[in-house]
Amino acid sequence: MGKYILKRLGMAIVTLWAIITITFILMHSVPGNPFANENKNIPDVVYQNLMRKYGLDKPYSEQYVIYLKNIGRGNFGESMKSNAETVNEMIARGFPVSARLGAQALLIALIFGPALGAIAALHQNKASDYIAMIVSIIGVSVPSFVMGSFLIQFVARKIGWIPIGGWGEFRHTLLPSFALALMPLAQMSRLMRSSMLEVMGQDYIKTAQSKGISKMTVIMKHGVRNAILPIVSILGTTVSNLLVGSFVIEKIFGIPGLGMFFTTSVYNRDYTLIMGVTVFYSIVLILSFLFVDIGYMLVDPKIRLTEEGH
Amino acid sequence: MNRKITLLLSLILVVAIVFTGCSLNKATGKKKILYSNNGSEPGSLDPALAQGTHESWVLENVFEGLMTFDEKGELVKGMAKDYKISDDGLVYTFTIREDAKWSNGEPVKAEDFEFAWKRALDPEMAADYAYQLYYIKGGEAFNSGETTADQVAVKALDDKTLEVTLEFPTAYFLELTAFYTYMPVNKAMVESNPDWAKSPETHISNGPFKLVKWEHNAKIVMEKNPEYYNAKKIKLDGIDLDIIEDQNTAWQKYDGGEYHILLDPPTSVVAQLREEDSKELTLGAQVGTYYYNVNPDVEPFNNVKVRKALSMALDRETIVRDITQGGQIAAEGVVPYGLMDENGKEFRDGVGNLIEYNPEEAKVLFEEGLAEEGMTLDEFNSKNFILLYNTSESHKKIAQAAQEMWRTKLGINIGLENVEFQVKLDREKAGDYEISRGGWIGDYMDPMTLLDLWWSDSSFNDVNYNNPEYDKRILESKTLMDQKVRMENMREAEKMLMEDMAVIPVYFYTQPYVTKPGVKGIIKVPIRYPVITYADID
Repeated sequence: MGKYILKRLGMAIVTLWAIITITFILMHSVPGNPFANENKNIPDVVYQNLMRKYGLDKPYSEQYVIYLKNIGRGNFGESMKSNAETVNEMIARGFPVSARLGAQALLIALIFGPALGAIAALHQNKASDYIAMIVSIIGVSVPSFVMGSFLIQFVARKIGWIPIGGWGEFRHTLLPSFALALMPLAQMSRLMRSSMLEVMGQDYIKTAQSKGISKMTVIMKHGVRNAILPIVSILGTTVSNLLVGSFVIEKIFGIPGLGMFFTTSVYNRDYTLIMGVTVFYSIVLILSFLFVDIGYMLVDPKIRLTEEGH
Repeated sequence: MNRKITLLLSLILVVAIVFTGCSLNKATGKKKILYSNNGSEPGSLDPALAQGTHESWVLENVFEGLMTFDEKGELVKGMAKDYKISDDGLVYTFTIREDAKWSNGEPVKAEDFEFAWKRALDPEMAADYAYQLYYIKGGEAFNSGETTADQVAVKALDDKTLEVTLEFPTAYFLELTAFYTYMPVNKAMVESNPDWAKSPETHISNGPFKLVKWEHNAKIVMEKNPEYYNAKKIKLDGIDLDIIEDQNTAWQKYDGGEYHILLDPPTSVVAQLREEDSKELTLGAQVGTYYYNVNPDVEPFNNVKVRKALSMALDRETIVRDITQGGQIAAEGVVPYGLMDENGKEFRDGVGNLIEYNPEEAKVLFEEGLAEEGMTLDEFNSKNFILLYNTSESHKKIAQAAQEMWRTKLGINIGLENVEFQVKLDREKAGDYEISRGGWIGDYMDPMTLLDLWWSDSSFNDVNYNNPEYDKRILESKTLMDQKVRMENMREAEKMLMEDMAVIPVYFYTQPYVTKPGVKGIIKVPIRYPVITYADID
């Protein structure tokens, strides 16, 4: 197990290097510069000063080496748009916010998604099945910005206790978590439903039932436990997507998370911020996959045995 | 199972009913706090590093320059209790108020201004707005790295006397000193702590308010500054600004009673409020013009008749009435309303309307122009010329209207292309466009703020307009003190620009904002966001 983790970490470092290099090439091949502004251009002298301040007047190869060295030390540098925070500070401030939002959304999705799917499977083609499936279709089809605006208009405006956007207390997290949870919740419920249907048709279920085991135990211990595996496999991407924040949800609800940096940094050509969030997201993604794979190995002895070459 | 669900639902219902009663109306006891939204996170609250619209509203309340705007929206003396201008208009001597204090109680000194201005011009600072200080002799040279700071002609003669020498007589220099790049900073604090502007504890300022909280991307809180010399004129105890980017969410907060004032509501909301003739809506004056660049290096747009025809075929009234719907004004030239001439009257009226809407004449003119370039209408249409604009719903709608007007009135097919604004800037600089959307918001209250754009050497001259007569007029207006001569020069210059139709002006901007009843004392200065400094709440 230890050797396996080391091997994976080694691969992670190589992957990160590749990501940094490709990102560097891509962001410098797009036209534009960090200092442009929609209603104004800046005079050439000011532009030269800015280029020099951020080291952008050096040849690309030199910039690349400087980037690598700094990233190796964990320093993502100064943002080119914001003079108030360094990139490290922006990520350090935004990540806990996005992570909290993501974690809450994940919790909602994990609790209600499989539950909805299981209920639907167990009452196949009855009312609860249809209701559950309609909910999941809505969750998958309605864009998050529509859901967000809908929630603000029809929930936040009507119930005083629920704030219209902003961040700070628990009640600020309710609507955005729910809006963010809807898509993964819907996906999980559909996955669970089809997985459950397949599992419940298996022979071992019939065996358990004929042994006289209580219905609830059959469902939970044998049904759900086996049916949940497909959900574990999408957990990796789901977790990393949720943890780094949703640009749309955060923008609509005015939440100071990491999500907005992914898009605004590219729009602004803020090279240091682009690199910072890309590397950070890559690390989160790589680690999520690593943990999920380890989780698989712990849960399913077949995989562990294969990996260790027996 | 069913009983449990029923119980849960009833519980939720009870909770909802209980909390609906709670109002989010910010009745904060005896304190008068003005609530609003800043729209975007400031890049910096250091006046030297401010990049523009995201910072100005905050800076204009926590700092004050030599001159400032009062509660009537007039330019008055601020930090300066007096000023003298030399006869040649080159040397300004300011006397700083005795009672001018920093928020930490220290007196504001002349050296704070000298330090701040030289710092903003320092090439190492790479300040975006350094060019606002180029009016000072030696300013541009220092910023270009050609000379040193002591060559910049601003000097503190003593604790309370500041002397500035300008490159040439600048009629609007006094107004410039109210602009945030000219605001002072506390020399002692800034020298000892380069990160002073990053946190409220070290953010020392000299204005009516001071910064007490800055939660990045979330909130900015300002409190009344008791050390401000005119504190008794300030009715508010504080200003609380959210940082919510989404226009619709901000509008929901205003509509829900959480804000006293909101800038820049969504266009559909503005249109609706206008229809209802709402008292809450103000279509604030703004110094800005929306126009189309026409590339003279692409045939047949080199022909002045072709460009004029394009302008004549545009029904601007329809565009502002039915498309932009924000009370914008159909352009009559490039210089908008709100700028006064030597008689204190609108410059715009003094020049007259240089724009004509005449579709029949336009068609004739267009054909004449084409013929002069040896091109037929079919040849023109086969070239698939494009109107380029940066991606946005409003730019798209206006472009579609223009496209349709040109199609029906001139019989030409102009395609539309939207690109990200960075890409558009790049293409304009490279001359890779035929027609492109442009806009400019003025920096100071003088027609020069627009006319300067098309001086042949200007970095902002995207159409490469090169008219020595025009340049001559611009130079004279920049270097003379006599307002009558200056204004006359600028009137002639604008007429020239429109005779040559170097760009096609479309409309003059407005700045719509909404205020709740009971909020008083908000003044709209055309060159600034609504001034909330002197506001009062019932």
